[in-house]
Amino acid sequence: MEQFTASIIAKYNYWIYVTLMMIGFYAMIGKRNLVKKLIGMNIFQTAIILMFVSSGVKIGAKIPILDKHKALEHGIGVAGVVNPLPHVLMLTAIVVSVSVTGVALAILLRIYRKYGTLDEDEILEKLGK
Amino acid sequence: MKLLQEQTQKLKIGESLIIQTASRLLIPFIQLFGLYVIVHGHYSPGGGFQGGVILGASFVLLALAFDQKFSMQYMSEKTSGLLANTGALIFVGTGTLCAIFGGLFLHYSALDVLIPLGPIEWRSFGIFIVEVGVGLAVMSNMAILFWVLGSNGEMDEGL
Amino acid sequence: MKALALFTTLVTGAVLLYGTMDFPAFGDPQSPASTHISAYFIEEAVHETHVPNLVTAVLGDYRGYDTMFETVVIYCAGLAVISVLRRKKSDKEDSRS
Repeated sequence: MEQFTASIIAKYNYWIYVTLMMIGFYAMIGKRNLVKKLIGMNIFQTAIILMFVSSGVKIGAKIPILDKHKALEHGIGVAGVVNPLPHVLMLTAIVVSVSVTGVALAILLRIYRKYGTLDEDEILEKLGK
Repeated sequence: MKLLQEQTQKLKIGESLIIQTASRLLIPFIQLFGLYVIVHGHYSPGGGFQGGVILGASFVLLALAFDQKFSMQYMSEKTSGLLANTGALIFVGTGTLCAIFGGLFLHYSALDVLIPLGPIEWRSFGIFIVEVGVGLAVMSNMAILFWVLGSNGEMDEGL
Repeated sequence: MKALALFTTLVTGAVLLYGTMDFPAFGDPQSPASTHISAYFIEEAVHETHVPNLVTAVLGDYRGYDTMFETVVIYCAGLAVISVLRRKKSDKEDSRS
């Protein structure tokens, strides 16, 4: 039991991401309103972005912006600088998330123009007649 | 200051006078800061994406404080489309130029044939060119997204 | 229906938490994400590109393809929003179709 709690405390960050992901996932599959589904998808993306950024953390390291002349003369210790690769990946992932949100909102507006509602059940009813 | 107040009073659109005057005063500095973030991306947190979003947000603020037609006087629909095209073309064109001048695609050192700066300095400068292209594309696309979504596709008064 | 959704969510969360048992601890410098190629980026990026900001160096140079298609993605998003939503004001009456 003590080993279990110790392992939870060592990896507490994953619990945060999984909880955030569960909130977003529940909103995506449990809610009947399309805008709420979209907001759930955004929360899901935020959880994934947080997880990736945290995978680059090193305890006691600095941000990946170096002193140019010092770096050119003496070189850089790998353990002293945070891993820059997840930051780059997530920078592009945020832009994709913005684009996806924009296109999804456009499609939602188009659905509202045609059916006059954003509720899933009412749209299905109007489609079925 | 008096002139600004008179100008905003004459328009009779959008939000209250305080918000309009304050955003009129703030927007030039927001745009300057966006340019700084793009250009200073080599030495501080920043780059094309972040600076482009700040530049686009200035147009969104203009459209929210006044009204959408007023903000489109400063960057019309055609101009924003043109800027989006230009940004994407700058990026792809830089990569293609590198391929033409004897390197691989997006291998900026090959551009040393054009302007002799040294291959390593060209890699730094190529990143700068590319970031400017990204900033232009992101700025105009943010503005387009807000304008079209905010006015339900009609591009008139908007929200 | 809501109970089923809640059940699915909880099962997914439990499976993911079980999966994190093998993950490295928070802030571990020896984690697989920061040992292979990122060490090369940290050591060599300033020498090879003269850019002190490593994120910009990796974004613009080493992963230039990624960033290029990122620009294309956001360009396509603007294009898609315009083509889905844009309409002229004159045909407002018969635009319900």
